[in-house]
Amino acid sequence: MSGKSETAKEPRPPFKLWGPAVGLGWLIPGGGHFLLKRYGRGGLLMFAVTGMYLLGLLARGALFTPQVADLFTTVIHCGGFFGNLASGALYLLTVWLGYDQPDMPGLAHDYGTKFLVTAGLLNVLAMVDAYELAVGRKS
Amino acid sequence: MPKVMLSHFEAALVFALFSSIVLGIVTKRTDRERLTYGLYCFAGFLAFLFGLGWLMYLGHG
Repeated sequence: MSGKSETAKEPRPPFKLWGPAVGLGWLIPGGGHFLLKRYGRGGLLMFAVTGMYLLGLLARGALFTPQVADLFTTVIHCGGFFGNLASGALYLLTVWLGYDQPDMPGLAHDYGTKFLVTAGLLNVLAMVDAYELAVGRKS
Repeated sequence: MPKVMLSHFEAALVFALFSSIVLGIVTKRTDRERLTYGLYCFAGFLAFLFGLGWLMYLGHG
């Protein structure tokens, strides 16, 4: 026995096949699905991710900035920043338009912060789905 | 910009709704499976919400 795996590794699909769908899906939630002509699913994803993000803004949630300190702080702030950034144009517009809510205690603020991060994480799931659609692993 | 004040229950309900929509869409392959799984996730969120609520209420004494 050689110990090598007998199953051949599946070749990576070319970037031009999935790049535009994933990129547009990041920038506009559901956009990748629209590009791939899955209008119903794209619309629902856009509704869910944008709704979650807007509710986070209306509840005055805080946006994360990456900070490197002890492990806990680094994970929370860098992870939170990644979650915010994954919302694409929603996050970029929010920052460019000057939204600057400090992190403060309170029920509404706390939920708002979580809603803002979760919207980005849901958009990551939507981007993965767009990738699978683009490379033909899903229909 | 108006400010929204959600109660714990309202926030959890909205969170469950939006999350269930996305989970239903991205995990299944047919529309029927997506609808079923979305509803299943939503029901699961609600069951967990009420279960945890009662657990905290009873545990608090």
